[in-house]
Amino acid sequence: MKETQPRIGVVVFPGSNDDQDAAWALGALGAEPVRVWHGDEALPQLDGVVLPGGFSYGDYLRAGALARFSPAMQAVTEFAAEGGLVLGICNGFQILCEAGLLPGILRPNASLQFICRDVTVVVERTDTPFTARCEPGQELVIPVKHGEGCYYLPPDLPQEQIALRYAPGHNPNGSEQDVAGVVSAEGNVFGLMPHPEHAVDPLLGSSPRSWTRRASVSTPARSSALLSAPYARRCQERAFARGRGAPRAPSAGAPGRGRAE
Amino acid sequence: MKATVLVRPKAGILDPQGEAVESSLRQLGFPVGEARVGRVIDLEVSAKDPSSARAEIERMCERLLANPLIESYEIELAEDG
Repeated sequence: MKETQPRIGVVVFPGSNDDQDAAWALGALGAEPVRVWHGDEALPQLDGVVLPGGFSYGDYLRAGALARFSPAMQAVTEFAAEGGLVLGICNGFQILCEAGLLPGILRPNASLQFICRDVTVVVERTDTPFTARCEPGQELVIPVKHGEGCYYLPPDLPQEQIALRYAPGHNPNGSEQDVAGVVSAEGNVFGLMPHPEHAVDPLLGSSPRSWTRRASVSTPARSSALLSAPYARRCQERAFARGRGAPRAPSAGAPGRGRAE
Repeated sequence: MKATVLVRPKAGILDPQGEAVESSLRQLGFPVGEARVGRVIDLEVSAKDPSSARAEIERMCERLLANPLIESYEIELAEDG
């Protein structure tokens, strides 16, 4: 029997800038990405929704504060209330917090600096649809890039809603209790500051830690090992064909990698 | 009617902007204590009387202008607005 391809919506707000990457990553994981415009009042038939990273509505007032009132977000709120799966990455996490779909709030980094680098996170919960393929306590290396990722943890938040923490010494932003990602009480809404959609392609240095074949942005419906060697080669060949895929530095161990010239 | 909304980080909430301002002021030789940085929003509202204007702005603050988790707000009405 043919496996059905999950349809995952990616909401595009004015100022979103990771929507393309999110859609690409979803496609790489075997899902069918469907763009949803922020002005859309209804969602098409979907198996899940991703709120991508970026600076929706310029991050004016507070990050995510204006996006939460967009027509698409009203539809996403209803979708989540019906048990639909919603994943918010970075700005998407900020929007989910502002919308009250997730507890807490994200504030300017303690350092006041924009941070862009790889961090190690620890998976605290593996019984969510978003982390089901991880092992408890598994460490993942995922890039972060944000100016407002310092999580304010409401004092009454049950610890079990903390699904992802920065590994000891890796907290980049001053988040309370090293929180990197939280899940809703019902388990169907998940938000995280790191960018799993930037950690799916060996061209971007993710090959040795291609964790997405086991984790996160995959849907419960399907999450096969898509970063297998043939797939990785196909990605490289496609990028080389477009003339912008030259590896920054030659490195050992990547099959099929050649000089671009 | 004109109104001004002052939004502040609640007491005890980490305010890195305030801390940066505080340390810069000290470096400049101003012996300041704690500095906190908030936000000012000037508004014109259609409500005719102060009490309904205040009630309307409170709703704005609760829904959008402030995040009640981490921010407090204060409303000032220009009586002769």
